[in-house]
Amino acid sequence: MTTQPHAPVQAAPRATVSGIPFGRLLSVEFRKSWNTRSGFWLLFTIGALVLVAELIAAIVTAVQDVDDVNLGTFATVAGVITQLLLPTLGILLVTSEWSQRTAMVTFALEPRRSRVIQAKLVVSLVWTAITVIFALAMGAVFNLLYGAINGSISWSGGAGVVGFIITQAIAMLIGFAFAALLLNSPAALVVYVAYLFVLPTILGIGSALMDWFKSFADWIGFSQAQQPLYDGFWNMSGSEWGKLIVSGCIWLGIPLAFGLRRILRAEVK
Amino acid sequence: MIKVEGLTRTYGSYTAVDDVSFECQPGRVTGFLGPNGAGKSTTMRIIVGLTPPTKGTATVKGVHYHDLPNPGRTVGVLLDASAQHDGRTGREVLALGAMTMGLPMSRVDEMLHLVSLSPSEAKRRIRNYSLGMRQRLGIAHALLGDPEILILDEPANGLDPAGIRWMRGLLKQYADRGGTVLLSSHLLHEVELIADEMILIGKGKIVAQGDRKALMAHNTKVEALVTSLDNAALADALTAKGISVAAAGEGLRVAAEPVEVGRTAVEHHIVLTDLRSGEGGLEDLFLQLTADTQREGAVA
Repeated sequence: MTTQPHAPVQAAPRATVSGIPFGRLLSVEFRKSWNTRSGFWLLFTIGALVLVAELIAAIVTAVQDVDDVNLGTFATVAGVITQLLLPTLGILLVTSEWSQRTAMVTFALEPRRSRVIQAKLVVSLVWTAITVIFALAMGAVFNLLYGAINGSISWSGGAGVVGFIITQAIAMLIGFAFAALLLNSPAALVVYVAYLFVLPTILGIGSALMDWFKSFADWIGFSQAQQPLYDGFWNMSGSEWGKLIVSGCIWLGIPLAFGLRRILRAEVK
Repeated sequence: MIKVEGLTRTYGSYTAVDDVSFECQPGRVTGFLGPNGAGKSTTMRIIVGLTPPTKGTATVKGVHYHDLPNPGRTVGVLLDASAQHDGRTGREVLALGAMTMGLPMSRVDEMLHLVSLSPSEAKRRIRNYSLGMRQRLGIAHALLGDPEILILDEPANGLDPAGIRWMRGLLKQYADRGGTVLLSSHLLHEVELIADEMILIGKGKIVAQGDRKALMAHNTKVEALVTSLDNAALADALTAKGISVAAAGEGLRVAAEPVEVGRTAVEHHIVLTDLRSGEGGLEDLFLQLTADTQREGAVA
């Protein structure tokens, strides 16, 4: 490293200083999601795992001669993988700013913190869309393959595909909300995994043991409440909508509201 | 350019910053000095809106930092060189900054060149950077938007001697071109060499501020160190004038101005071999003023 004692500071072309347009924040946040080593490998892993899962699903269904295989089947398989990994991406998008302390730089360059958070939220949904499209494209390829092997091909399962898209977006948002609330990567991941795997078990045990608990659990189990989405939201009953909205407020609305409030007010150091 | 008025920040019962007021003028380097935990970084974070103040206001160019439309183009900020993502390359860090501020990517290369980070170093990830390299990258990031104001927290930390000299030249030149610089340090000598204006802070309170001359006026300790060919006679003569004298090494420590000691020596025809002021300069003043806030207890 050589040192130049009096290297001149060259002036940047100075235009009249105007605010930072939202599109620019969006492209900056999008770039941040893949230009770190961890971000890049997480995205790579999501893609690779979806591919592997679809491949296994195609082989298993072909070998075992499962009857009702269609595009929706492959979408559901991809959903199992992405409902865990997509929110991880959403969590890291928020928490890495705090664990790596880059929030000091980010919020010094754009002190209107809500705009940065909005950009991050949009980026997380963009990644959801990219993943969903990738998963569906893979699903279509394997569906064709399966059809070629089995002789019959079904492009039905549209309701499952729509349900897949909606639930993945919800999963991403929950990860984002937990991250905003906790501002800590491991804590947010643990809470998300607990929400995803432990909560349904507890609610299930409670419902099995106590009759009164069953009706109560239906209103707080967000995962169960999302199941009807796979049969098409246009087919959902009023009660199913009610349960989805109530449990959604508990697991998504409230954490997100408190999390955003925390980020906007927190001291950044 | 930077104006801080009655700034106070408390954490529960602890007061980190206590009624701090100062101004930083264009064309001048303002040094912000104090021991560890004196409130320097907290004050700087409040100025750039990262920490909300409990009381008081801080403005940059007459507005709150929050109201600057594209703050990176007006204020260059380096608060902590370690506050960068370990897994990102140095070049990417600057690229993100340039993108946010709406600058051409050529600006990134200009800044890398300015802080002497080579292209291969810029491609390495931050986790492999030394503190000095992070500091250079941080300075490059602060200068990226060609700001009129620089706010740097401990920028000399981790730089080698050549790097520190380079940074001094850079900041001096920047101020000469009309820029406003606020830099903090606990290294008094570093700041003394470049700061036109100094603010001494201890336990969240400003204990003294002004240029070097104004600060030295705070030094109330009057003392001279003298050595002569006949120390005993000189001591007697001074004592006869009612001035207290104590032996110090080969000579005497006298509670009077050097001029008074010299006059006494002339009167009694004593040859002096050494005579100097006992006030130890800024460092003594600094330690004296912040004595009750130093961790090491009574040092002055």
